[in-house]
Amino acid sequence: MATDNTSNQKELRDQEWRRELKKSVSAKDRTNIVRVKMPEVDPQERIKSNVEVNSGITAEMAVVEAKRCLDCPDPECIKGCPVGVDIPGFIKCIEAGEFLKAAAAIKKNNVFPSVCGRVCPQEIQCEARCIYTTKLKKEPVAIGYLERFAADYENHSGHISVPEITQRNHVKVAVIGSGPAGLAAAGDLVKYGYDVTVFEALHEFGGVLKYGIPEFRLPNQIIDLEINNLKRMGVTFVKNIIAGRTLTFDDLRQDGFRAFFVGSGAGLPNFMNIPGENFNGVLSSNEYLTRVNLMGAAKKDHDTPVFFGKRVAVIGGGNTAMDSVRTAKRLGAEKAMIIYRRSFTEMPARKEEIRHAQEEGIEFLNLHNPLEYYADEKGHVNRIKLQRMELSDPDASGRRKPVAIPGSEFIIEADLVIVAIGVSPNPLIPQSMPDLHVSKYGTIEVDSEKMESNVSGMFAGGDIVRGGATVILAMGDGRRAAKGIHEYLSRQ
Amino acid sequence: MSRILLKEYLSPNVVQIEIEAPLIARKRKAGHFVIVKIGTEGERIPLTIAKADIDKGSITLIVQKVGVTSHKLASLNVGDEVTDVVGPLGNPTHIEKVGTVLCAGGGVGIAPLLPIVEALHDAGNKVISILAARNKDLLILENEIRSHSDEVIIMTDDGSYGTKGLVTVGMEEVFKNQKIDFCVTIGPAIMMKFTSLVSKKYNVPTMASLNAIMVDGTGMCGACRVSVGGKIKFVCVDGPEFNAFDVDFDELLMRLGGYKNEEEQHYREQLSK
Repeated sequence: MATDNTSNQKELRDQEWRRELKKSVSAKDRTNIVRVKMPEVDPQERIKSNVEVNSGITAEMAVVEAKRCLDCPDPECIKGCPVGVDIPGFIKCIEAGEFLKAAAAIKKNNVFPSVCGRVCPQEIQCEARCIYTTKLKKEPVAIGYLERFAADYENHSGHISVPEITQRNHVKVAVIGSGPAGLAAAGDLVKYGYDVTVFEALHEFGGVLKYGIPEFRLPNQIIDLEINNLKRMGVTFVKNIIAGRTLTFDDLRQDGFRAFFVGSGAGLPNFMNIPGENFNGVLSSNEYLTRVNLMGAAKKDHDTPVFFGKRVAVIGGGNTAMDSVRTAKRLGAEKAMIIYRRSFTEMPARKEEIRHAQEEGIEFLNLHNPLEYYADEKGHVNRIKLQRMELSDPDASGRRKPVAIPGSEFIIEADLVIVAIGVSPNPLIPQSMPDLHVSKYGTIEVDSEKMESNVSGMFAGGDIVRGGATVILAMGDGRRAAKGIHEYLSRQ
Repeated sequence: MSRILLKEYLSPNVVQIEIEAPLIARKRKAGHFVIVKIGTEGERIPLTIAKADIDKGSITLIVQKVGVTSHKLASLNVGDEVTDVVGPLGNPTHIEKVGTVLCAGGGVGIAPLLPIVEALHDAGNKVISILAARNKDLLILENEIRSHSDEVIIMTDDGSYGTKGLVTVGMEEVFKNQKIDFCVTIGPAIMMKFTSLVSKKYNVPTMASLNAIMVDGTGMCGACRVSVGGKIKFVCVDGPEFNAFDVDFDELLMRLGGYKNEEEQHYREQLSK
């Protein structure tokens, strides 16, 4: 598939209009253009609501930014994309003002550009490989912004391209979980002609895109729109079904399902197992974000409660930690802190999220680690014992380990603590399928190319396989698995 | 959406609701629960499946009116729909023939006890059930428990029915007079704390089925975590049943009260409408 893509992309690059377009502006003029700035809602304004922080670039901005792309003969950016989007191909469509064509070009490889344009870590993927970054030592072409622009333009145009499905084969395939892996798998499977049903355990579709990522980063309407597109393509969505429980895999086989894609996601939140962690007011980021995002706990007339902490400490330095701390700020926290045992350099969260958090007044207690929580007489957390850390010299792998500084403990006040230190795989499906091979971490074992498990006809991807990764990697898994399922069923 | 087929008040505050849920009815075993949500703004709460009817395609839930969601559920009528019902969740009760089993249920905890009593009895155990309530009017499911028990002891706090006294008094009597091989206790956390102390005193292995605050009920949020033998366990995926001697009931009691202020405030707001 990769080779096909490369030759196809080269063919597209050699098209008359692409060559003309390239010649129309000199490389020097192109490289002299300054990278576009994403318009953002003012920090003081945005912390009052769930408004999306990044407002999106205008068509004019997009065309100028697209001019920066040099349409390299051997584009490295594509290699940095987990799903191999023809990046110069879509960017040149934008430069030519063909925005709908740009969206269509992305959609050949990426089913949900409006989602990926927002939440992909472009800075460590495509944009890290951009010639501006690697050779010119300038800011990379804003590939993510352009992707989002093309996708949003199409979504607002009223001309959403829904791929025509010519040949329906009436072979039933079940997709377990409606998160990014499941949606991507469903999108490809339906295009191959299968009769696809997505089973979701929760009462809403979208998985982590709904319950995890806050609306100020990824509005729910974007996800709903993508799900509606899949429905228009013929995908059936069923909620409140726990595969392996409500319907076992044997039930599904009896119902005629011939293959399965399991994208049930990362389940169990990890805790640190330190004293006081079970006090009220100490909760996992999954719980906090689910209450707020999925259950609408902070909205009027919603029944699910949530703690409106005044002094909120979030433990961890990943995107989920940033999402949690910024959510707490929006829910009225006077002091919202990140407590992270390493420094900014090692912080796994996206740079943009860290910057947004800083602008919003989030405090960073880097090189700190919680040792114990204390509570009031009712058992609600009120203080944290912290320890200062320092980084060791790099070990053989180049990693600098956080080391506690003896005698550096001190106490801070906090009335809400959110633990965002990762998750372990959800045990429900492995529990219900004793034959399924799982790793010692509880992840489903699959071959990395076809995503096929040891159980015939069962494929898996996303966090149930990776343990905890990104939306785009999950989508990539879903697509590879769809291809694997197609090959498997074609052999039958 | 699950339609309500039958509704009956078992006591002034406890309502029994039979709902359409054919898939869950087929799969449900003793010990399983479902997550229920009412309306788009509703919260997700766990409720044990008290009974199931495969032919009818229905499950029966028993709810005590304590908060907004239980009131909303109780206010629905036959023909109305419950917005979301998902399950069966949790691990089924481990049922085997062990000899004589003592099943101690208190208050609305008698509802989750019923399917366990039934399964233990069907497995050939001699089942002695102790049902406890504050008074006669609050006692539920007596006849159903009787039809699956070899012996039933009723305890009421005020002596308005059966023997006057707490459930633990009845348990002591049984333990003193005969050999019990296994004990099951379900009820308010405070009751289970003390019933397990009694069975520990008589060295009878005891299983407690825990109620905890849950959000998703599928292992995702960790709201339902409890300390069992010093380790963090999730009631939804590791439970709901645990060795009662290992459960930190004080912590469970504390955690159950975690959202009390928020819940009471929301309840008052909803009532004033």
